[in-house]
Amino acid sequence: MTYSIQGKTGDWEVVIGLEVHAQVTSDAKLFSGAATEFGAEPNTQVSLVDAAMPGMLPVINAKCVEQAVRTGLGLNAKINLTSVFERKNYFYPDLPFGYQISQFLHPVVGEGIVALDMPDGTVREVGVERLHLEQDAGKSLHDQNPHKTYIDLNRAGVALMEIVSKPDLRSPEEAGAYLRKMRTILRYLGTCDGNMEQGSMRCDVNVSVRKAGEGLRTRCEIKNVNSVRFVMQAIEIEAERQIDLYEGGGKVVQETRLYDPDKGETRSMRSKEEAHDYRYFPDPDLLPLVLDQAYVDALKAKLPELPDVKKARFMSAYGLSLADAAQLSGEREIAEYFETVAQGRDPKLAANWTINELGAVLNKRGLSITESPVSADHLGNLIGLIMDNTISSKIAKDVFEVMLETGEDPAKIVESKGLKQITDTGAIEAAVDQAIADNPTQAEQYRSGDQKVTGWFVGQIMKATGGKANPKMVNELLRKKLGS
Amino acid sequence: MSELTRLTIAEARDALAAKKFTAEELAGAHIKAMEATRDLNAFVTETPEIAIERAKESDARRAKGNVAGGMDGIPTAVKDLFCTEGVQTTASSHILEGFIPTYESTVSMNLRKAGSVMLGKTNMDEFAMGSANITSYFGPVKNPWKLNDGKDRVPGGSSGGSAAAVAARAAMCATGSDTGGSIRQPAAFCGLVGLKPTYGRCSRWGMVAFASSLDQAGPMTRSVRDSAIMLQAMVSYDPKDSTMANEPIPDFEAALKGNIKGLKIGIPKEYRIDGMSKETETLWQIGIDWLKAAGAEPVEVSLPHTKDALATYYIVAPAEASSNLQRYDGVRYGLRVDADDLTDMYEKTRAAGFGREVRRRIMIGTYVLSAGYYDAYYVKAQKVRALIAREFAEAFKKADVLLTPTAPFPAFALGEKMDDPLQMYINDVFTVPASLAGLPAMSVPAGLSADGLPLGLHLIGKPFDEETLLRTSLAIEQAANFTTLPQLLRAGS
Amino acid sequence: MKFKELCVLALDTDTVRRIARLARIRVPDDELPTLADELSRIMDWIEQLNAVDTSNIEPMTSVADIRLPQREDKVSDGNAPEKVLANAPDRQGNFFAVPKVVE
Ligand SMILES: [Mg+2]
Ligand SMILES: [Zn+2]
Repeated sequence: MTYSIQGKTGDWEVVIGLEVHAQVTSDAKLFSGAATEFGAEPNTQVSLVDAAMPGMLPVINAKCVEQAVRTGLGLNAKINLTSVFERKNYFYPDLPFGYQISQFLHPVVGEGIVALDMPDGTVREVGVERLHLEQDAGKSLHDQNPHKTYIDLNRAGVALMEIVSKPDLRSPEEAGAYLRKMRTILRYLGTCDGNMEQGSMRCDVNVSVRKAGEGLRTRCEIKNVNSVRFVMQAIEIEAERQIDLYEGGGKVVQETRLYDPDKGETRSMRSKEEAHDYRYFPDPDLLPLVLDQAYVDALKAKLPELPDVKKARFMSAYGLSLADAAQLSGEREIAEYFETVAQGRDPKLAANWTINELGAVLNKRGLSITESPVSADHLGNLIGLIMDNTISSKIAKDVFEVMLETGEDPAKIVESKGLKQITDTGAIEAAVDQAIADNPTQAEQYRSGDQKVTGWFVGQIMKATGGKANPKMVNELLRKKLGS
Repeated sequence: MSELTRLTIAEARDALAAKKFTAEELAGAHIKAMEATRDLNAFVTETPEIAIERAKESDARRAKGNVAGGMDGIPTAVKDLFCTEGVQTTASSHILEGFIPTYESTVSMNLRKAGSVMLGKTNMDEFAMGSANITSYFGPVKNPWKLNDGKDRVPGGSSGGSAAAVAARAAMCATGSDTGGSIRQPAAFCGLVGLKPTYGRCSRWGMVAFASSLDQAGPMTRSVRDSAIMLQAMVSYDPKDSTMANEPIPDFEAALKGNIKGLKIGIPKEYRIDGMSKETETLWQIGIDWLKAAGAEPVEVSLPHTKDALATYYIVAPAEASSNLQRYDGVRYGLRVDADDLTDMYEKTRAAGFGREVRRRIMIGTYVLSAGYYDAYYVKAQKVRALIAREFAEAFKKADVLLTPTAPFPAFALGEKMDDPLQMYINDVFTVPASLAGLPAMSVPAGLSADGLPLGLHLIGKPFDEETLLRTSLAIEQAANFTTLPQLLRAGS
Repeated sequence: MKFKELCVLALDTDTVRRIARLARIRVPDDELPTLADELSRIMDWIEQLNAVDTSNIEPMTSVADIRLPQREDKVSDGNAPEKVLANAPDRQGNFFAVPKVVE
């Protein structure tokens, strides 16, 4: 089912393109040796280069180049062996040089593809137009003084990858899925931490609407939306605004807009519509960036297994369902955790415990997998105990509760609490006999054909054995004894 | 003490080594000369305390036998384009008035490490934009070469303060910077040796940028040998400048040992332009004869796009400058004209902070980069630049070094040619092509005009072949035997 | 190409006003005509390049015949707010300050 918005004049299709600004994971800035860490004191992570002091010159950080190329490879994109840094000239107080060093005509990465797993199980391929390296600007603080804007240049010069999608997205859901997938890929590659709250991943959203079969209409760019949820909301609100405009006989003007989540509206960013003319030209302080194919090949060879490949492997090697495989491959750390748990054990059981039991707890406590109170080794051990019949699945859940509290090895917990499953036929037989003897009415019920009472008997016996009796053996013996 | 200020670097070096005087005495003599010639307006900032301090350090090193090199103890003026730690650096612009860098440019740091003694920061055309040193916010510089007509002559530009200081014997040498001829043309106007090294030979780090793809620092001295000694102290591979070549650094003074027998001297036929003075043309021929007499062989070469170089330069340089100067916005340093509104602040600050020529070039640069004009002007200029560079490469298949005049005419009077930027731009007609091609080039004093003003000959070398350039210059220097002093000094002595 | 056309259109007072605005240089209205004239003369002269045949020529950005050098990813700079803020025309604490920007 394709997404559409119903207007007065019929159904409208939404056309969306996303520009993701992803902060490159690196210790130092793109063109200076200042640190990139988040949250430092104002103007402490600023070199004289970042402050655009007279005579200061940029020198490119090799790691940032490598990260951009690796990201390009992760997006199955074309790596351009020659790319050019250009200056984008404009005045803003948090832009010290009066220009941003960016890539314009010749980006380092060309066209690529991102595959989205849609909730209905289908895969949507979204085109990437380009990826280029550029500098971040500093930060303007407008709320520190009633008459002044304060400038902190800590972020100025931090490396960003601008990843521009093709206008291939057709619904807020797809846009959300694209962003989540992009984040996953970046985090797998370790080229961006994907942290939207801290601004290390930001998104500009291009939205236009059209009637089915039409060419593209005028788009608006919604700047700097900082969460997946807001991106999805902003698209819906902006599309509706544009439809209302068209249907009211108006026209959409190409402009940049701001999304205000509190008011639930987008609004034009510039009161005075100022003609923008960035006067791009190749930065004469930097020569073209020339890469060797061998360099690119070496990076490609060392690329980690990426989510799509991992997901496919989880399905084929472990026999997991698409949903489970997708979920477990969604984050590199989760996938690693799962594979440790599954090592030498029933993968489906491992998947189940990782997703359902552990997943629920982590969700509830707001923890990431790396903060899990239960280590992957211990969870694996727990599954091992189930598989070799040391404990039942039910007991395992109790053991798991203890593990969550103490972080102890399940074997130790089972041992110290005496939770080992009773598999001794004699002991179970005695318990069965006792239960039948104690409850003649129910035994009679069974014999007169009411098989449902079996469950009740099992419950009695499990209670009597403190849940430790092997449920399968209890069942078998019970049927044998009652039937005789 | 005036004898001390008449010495060349090489002479002073030997005398210091022989303990005939101290670096402190040498500095003292120059500080006096600097004060005595203040009327020239050659310095924006004088730094006598620093000079004395560094001279004392030099003497202390020498006493311990740790001489830093040929420049140890040599009184040096620094163009106010080089950022100097703790010392105001203005590029002769109001917008940088009072700016005190917290860092030292690589070139001035190299000189410092080589033991040179900084006397002060020299006046220049604002942001190095000019050919007469008349665009400085701190007033024009006068050429120490005066005639009896009572009119002051311009020293050339943009390194006019450096040239005037060295010619007036207020400094033994000075740093210059050359974007389209700003070392060579003032050297010619003031009777000095001025060397613009290959683009990428000297680090641009810490040098206030005019046009990044053209700017190059170089020495301004009174002899070719001094040029070699000073250049040696200025160069180093600097990883902070991404456009620098990591070329081997030769011993430049050693290059003077050879001769020029059999050297092919290219004479570009297209440099015989209209408007060149008769005496300039004559001197050029004399130069050819000198080199021939020294054993070199003149060959005609062709550089057909010479006539297009100036127009190309006046697109490329302003374009880069318009962007390089965007940082002067009154936010982090320099002048700010207060206003309630940010745009107002920007516009008022930049209108007040930049002089007329700088504003003009920013406007041209902004225009040629703006939407709709970029391809027609900027890209076109880049293509012509490529053609010009290619032509030089062709010429250097036939010649080892090229000989041309430095400027079409000698120093003109202050006040002349000032209303017409195009008239002014003609000054650089012979120097700009080599700048566009990034080639090393130097001006050597070769004679006097009929009026008695110095004239220079201009040599252009192959990339990173400053050695041949220096060796050929030495041959001209020896043949020309240019010993005349500026009138200013003659009157004073 | 269209140098002639461009020049006829270029550098009237409106263009100069636009360029001055882009360059953030205040030019009083009464100075616009003179400036337009001055700049037009320079651009007129520059037009001579139109006569140069540059077909099949790659534009040249730099004469430097080297590869762009890359530096190691090491924190080697910063942590010197005093150096950064030393020349600030309006310093507020460890911030630069400008007239309030209304967005
Ligand atoms: Mg954008
Ligand atoms: Zn961007």
